[in-house]
Amino acid sequence: MDAIFKAVALIGEPYTLGVMLLAAAFGLFVGAMPGLSATMATALLIPFTFFMEPVPAIAIIVTAVAMAIFAGDIPGALLRIPGTPASAAYCDEAYAMTKKGFGERALGVGLVTSAIGGLTGAVVLSLTAPSLAEFAIQFSSFEYFWLACLGLSCAVVISTGSTLKGFVSLLLGLFVATIGIDITAGYPRFTFGSVELMGGVSFIPAMIGMFAISEVIRYVASDRRSMKIDGPQQQSGVFKGLGPILWRYKLNIARGSGIGAIVGVLPGAGADIAAWISFAISKRFSKEPEKFGAGHPEGLTDSGAANNAALAGAWVPATVFGIPGDSITAIVIGVLYMKGLNPGPMVFLNSPELIYAIFLSFFVANLALIPLGFVAIKSSRRLLSIPQSMLMPIILLFCIVGAFAINNTVFGVGLMLVFGVIAWAMEENGFPVAPAILGIVLGAMLEDNFMSSMIKADGDLMGFFSRPIAATLGVATLLIWATPLLLMLWRRLRRRGVRSA
Amino acid sequence: MISRRHLGAAAAAALAAFAALPALAEYPERPITLIVPWGAGGGTDATGRMIAGLLEKELGQPVNVVNRTGGSGVVGHSAIATATPDGYTIGTVTVEIGMMHWAGLTDLTYADLTPIALYNYDAAGVQVRADSPWNSVEDLLAAVKAEPGKHKASGTGQGGIWHLSIAGMLNSAGIAPDAAPWVPSQGAAPGLQELVAGGVDIVPCSVVEASALIEAGKVKSLAIMDDKRIGAFPDVPTLKEAAGVDWKMAAWRGIAGPKGMPDDVTAKLTAAMEKVYNSAEFQDFMKGRGFGLVWAPGAEFGTWMKDSNEALGDVMKAVGLAKS
Repeated sequence: MDAIFKAVALIGEPYTLGVMLLAAAFGLFVGAMPGLSATMATALLIPFTFFMEPVPAIAIIVTAVAMAIFAGDIPGALLRIPGTPASAAYCDEAYAMTKKGFGERALGVGLVTSAIGGLTGAVVLSLTAPSLAEFAIQFSSFEYFWLACLGLSCAVVISTGSTLKGFVSLLLGLFVATIGIDITAGYPRFTFGSVELMGGVSFIPAMIGMFAISEVIRYVASDRRSMKIDGPQQQSGVFKGLGPILWRYKLNIARGSGIGAIVGVLPGAGADIAAWISFAISKRFSKEPEKFGAGHPEGLTDSGAANNAALAGAWVPATVFGIPGDSITAIVIGVLYMKGLNPGPMVFLNSPELIYAIFLSFFVANLALIPLGFVAIKSSRRLLSIPQSMLMPIILLFCIVGAFAINNTVFGVGLMLVFGVIAWAMEENGFPVAPAILGIVLGAMLEDNFMSSMIKADGDLMGFFSRPIAATLGVATLLIWATPLLLMLWRRLRRRGVRSA
Repeated sequence: MISRRHLGAAAAAALAAFAALPALAEYPERPITLIVPWGAGGGTDATGRMIAGLLEKELGQPVNVVNRTGGSGVVGHSAIATATPDGYTIGTVTVEIGMMHWAGLTDLTYADLTPIALYNYDAAGVQVRADSPWNSVEDLLAAVKAEPGKHKASGTGQGGIWHLSIAGMLNSAGIAPDAAPWVPSQGAAPGLQELVAGGVDIVPCSVVEASALIEAGKVKSLAIMDDKRIGAFPDVPTLKEAAGVDWKMAAWRGIAGPKGMPDDVTAKLTAAMEKVYNSAEFQDFMKGRGFGLVWAPGAEFGTWMKDSNEALGDVMKAVGLAKS
C-alpha cells in the first residue's frame, strides 16, 4: 500500500502533471498529422526524457502515445486520412459517418471508447502484468503463424461487396509484402536492383496513398460538386446522443478492450492489428452487419477501444521481460534502461513505487484524454467548412510531408503516389482497399513465421500442430475457413436429396 | 558608367559572398539522420538512440534515428554507404559489414564507409532456457554431437554474427558447423522470445542482450566466447574454461558515414563522438546495460574494421558460410 501512496505522490507533482499536459498537446498534434505515427511521437520525445526523473520521463511517453492514437481518428473521420496506422481499420466507416453529417458523433464515439479502452488496458496492466507476460512469452513462430492466418481471415469479413474482389485485394497486399530482401534466405525479390526497395515497401506511405491520395484523385477526376459532404453537419455537439450509442454497444466496448489488451500483450502484434481484428469481430457478430460500411458506429466502438487498450498491453512483456510488445515499447525499453529501471521481475520488487507510478500515468492520461480530445475535435471541425478546392491541395501537402517523414526519403513520396493511383483504380472498379492494407500489414509476419517454423520442424507440416496453443489456434483457423465450404456442400447435398426423393 | 561599375562591383561582391557561403555556414546547419540497420529494441538500436540524443546536445541540431532493417543488415548498411557524403546521413555500423560480402549478399565492404568512431564490443555467450537439461557447454556439445540437426539455434539473420559464433564454436569443438541448424530471426530479442517459448534450444547472442531474461530466471548463460569473463556476469565461465574450446567471437558497433565525407565534417563528428563517449550519461548507460566499452576514433576504427573483415572472412570460409 505504501508504494501506491508514494506512486500517487510521484504522479501528483506539479512538474509531472505539467509536462504530461505538454506531452498531451504534442501527442494530439502528431497523431492528427497523417504519416506521423505514435511511434514517431515517442522517438521525438526521447531527447526530452534525458533531463527528467524516471516517472515524468515515462509519463510523458504514455500520455503522448494515448493522445496520438486517439488523434489519429480525427483526420481519418474528417478527411479519410488515418493519422496513425492504428486508425486505418475503421477509417472508411468513420468517414462514411461524416459524409452523412455525423462527423462529430463518430469522433465522440472514438474519443470515449479510446478512453475506456485505455483505462481497461491500464487495469489489465496493473493487475496481471507478471502472469500475462508468462502467457505471452509462450508464443513461438508456430503460434504467430496461426495468429497471422486468423488476422488474414478478417479480410473476408471487413471487405464490403464481392468476396472474390476482396480476395484479389488481399492477394495484392500480400504480394506487396513480399517485395524486398526476404529474411530467411537473404534473397532480394522484386527490387529491380533498387536499394530502397530492398527494405520492402514502407507501410505508412502505402497506407496514406491508398486512403488519402485515392480520395484526392477521385475528387480531381470527378464532377467536382459531387464530392460535397452530403447535407450539413449536425451541430449536435460531440457528446450529444452519445450515451445511448455507448450503452447499446457496451458489450462491444468491453470486447474491444479485452481483445486490444490481449493482442497488445503479444510481442509482435500491436494497436493496428488489434483494431483490425476487433473491427472484423464486431462486423462478424453484429446483429446488423449490413449497416457496416455505410456509417455505422458499432464497429467504431469495438476498434476504438481496442487500439488504446493495446497500448497498455504492450508494456506487459516490456516491463517484465524486456521484450518489446510493439514498436513504441521497443523505444521505451531503452528509456527504462537509461533511467536505471532495467526491465525484469526485479524492478517490481526493487522499485514498486516507480512501476505503480507508470501504471497510474496510464489512468491519468486516459482520463485527461476526454477534455483534451474534446478541444481537439472542436477545433478540427472547421476543416470541413473549408471549400474542397482548397482542402484537397492541403491534404496532398500533408500527405507528402507524412510520406517523406517516415524514412526521410523522397522514395516514400513516390511510393505513396503509386499506391494512390492503384487504390483509385481499384475502388473505381469495386475492389475494396482495406483487405490490401491488411495484407501489407500481415504479409511479412505470415511469411517470416512460416519459414522459421518450417526450418524448426525440419519441413514437417505437423509441426504447426505440435504445441498446445498452436494446435488450438490452428484447428480454430481451419474450422473458420472450412465452415462456409462445408455449409455449401451440405446445402447442395440436401438439395440433391430432396430432388431424388 | 560609374553606376555600372558600382553595379559590377556589387555583383562581384555578392557572388563572392555567395561562393563563400558554404564555407561560412558551419556544419551542421540542419538535422542529421542516424541510420540503424537493425530493429527497434535491440542493442544496436538502444545504443544508437542514446548516441543520437547525446550528439544532438553536442552538435546543436536534431539527430533523427531511422531504423532501416531487413536483409541481414544489408539494407541499412547500404543506406549508410550510398547516402550523400555530406555528414547529414551517418549510421551505426555493426560487425556484419565485414561478413555480408563474404556471404555473397552484397558487394558492400568497410572500404565504402568513412569511419567516425568505434564505441562498443560485446562477446557472444551461449544461452539456453533456464529449465534446459544442459548445465554446461560440455552437455550442450555432447547433445548436439549425438543428434546433429535436432537442436536449433536462433538470434539473428542467416549468416549473421551469432550464426557464425555457434558455427565457429562447433567447428572448433570438432563437430560439423551445421549440426545445430540456424533459424533466422529479426534480431536477438525475437530469437530470445523463441528460446523461452521453446521454439529453439540455443541463442548464441551477447550476454547483455539476454540480461533481462537471465535476471527473470527464464534463460541461463553457459559460457562466454572470449578470453576473459565479463564484469557484469562474473559467474559465467569462458568457453575455454568451460569446455576447453579455443574460440572467441564478438560483435562491435561504431559510427560511420558514406565514403568521401569532407575531412572537417568527419573531424567534427569524431570530436563530438569523443565527448559523447566520455560523458557520464553514456558511460552510465553502457555500464548499466552491461555493454562493453571500447574507443577507437577515425582512422583507428578504419583499421579495426579492416582487421575484423579479414578475421571474419577466414572463419566464414572455414565453417562454410562464405560464398566468395
